[in-house]
Amino acid sequence: MNEFINFISQPWPWYVAGPVIALVMFSLLLLGNSFGISANLRTMCSIFGAGKTCEFFDFNWRSQIWNLIFAGGLIIGGLIAHVYLTPSQEVHISQATINDLHALGVEDPGSSLVPESIFNWESLFSVRGFIMLVVGGFLIGFGTRYAGGCTSGHAISGLSDLQLPSLIAVVGFFIGGLLMTHLVLPHLLTL
Amino acid sequence: MKILRYLIIGIIFGITLAKAEIISWYRIYEMFKFQSFHMYGVIGSAIVLGIIFIQIIKRKKMKSIDGKPIEIYPKQHSVSRYLIGGIIFGLGWAMTGACPGPMFILLGNGVGVILVVIAAALLGTYTYGLLRNKLPH
Repeated sequence: MNEFINFISQPWPWYVAGPVIALVMFSLLLLGNSFGISANLRTMCSIFGAGKTCEFFDFNWRSQIWNLIFAGGLIIGGLIAHVYLTPSQEVHISQATINDLHALGVEDPGSSLVPESIFNWESLFSVRGFIMLVVGGFLIGFGTRYAGGCTSGHAISGLSDLQLPSLIAVVGFFIGGLLMTHLVLPHLLTL
Repeated sequence: MKILRYLIIGIIFGITLAKAEIISWYRIYEMFKFQSFHMYGVIGSAIVLGIIFIQIIKRKKMKSIDGKPIEIYPKQHSVSRYLIGGIIFGLGWAMTGACPGPMFILLGNGVGVILVVIAAALLGTYTYGLLRNKLPH
């Protein structure tokens, strides 16, 4: 058992993660639902009473409880991985990435899951931290609902079904991501 | 007990994305810098296998476990909605290094401040709901 735990405690390669993601999508379809995580954000708005002020949130959110339970599983899965299966917090990014981030003043790139200097509570009171966490989160919530899905709903579910709208959305994801990474982040990270 | 299945699938998904480092801000940055194959391998292999699964479902006319035919609804056709919405999402994805799934997984990993990102995403979703009728779709 210990050997097994040690074995799965290593970082998992892409050819394990990709197929598991496809199997998750397949399982949800077999259970009569579909794979799309950002729908939970709309459901949560409804639960908080957004349906009273906006008809978009006035729907039977109880039909989405299964998806909220799935999201609850994500939190537990993250906790299990963190507590039992991750002996080192190191992220195995390429040397080129480490060098680039060094040049932008990010301390010890890859030494933890997220850049510690940005992902902490005090950072919210800095311009950089506020933009990256609050504005960033807002854009995710607004953009996914506008596009009708996120990475799971469009990039995985939609492209697996060869749907053109999903391809357009994924092209959009990359345009936005490339613009941010190459044109905005160099200024934002050095603020 | 039906609901437990979703919890277990979610746990498997959460562990996988954590262990493959997909929830790391650095991996998303690296992907948009084209400095590693890792993320492309993850997404690419998921799609290739996903295409095979969905073709099997369609050709065998498979039914879900409660006996209903599995229906995969085609998304409505439009360009502006998917392109503009997609770009807005992509900007946020590269900034926070997390899409909606990883946000929840990061919370389990003890990154508490991600709660603020989730709250901001809820506000963004709500704002979309308010502006929906004024936006091109």
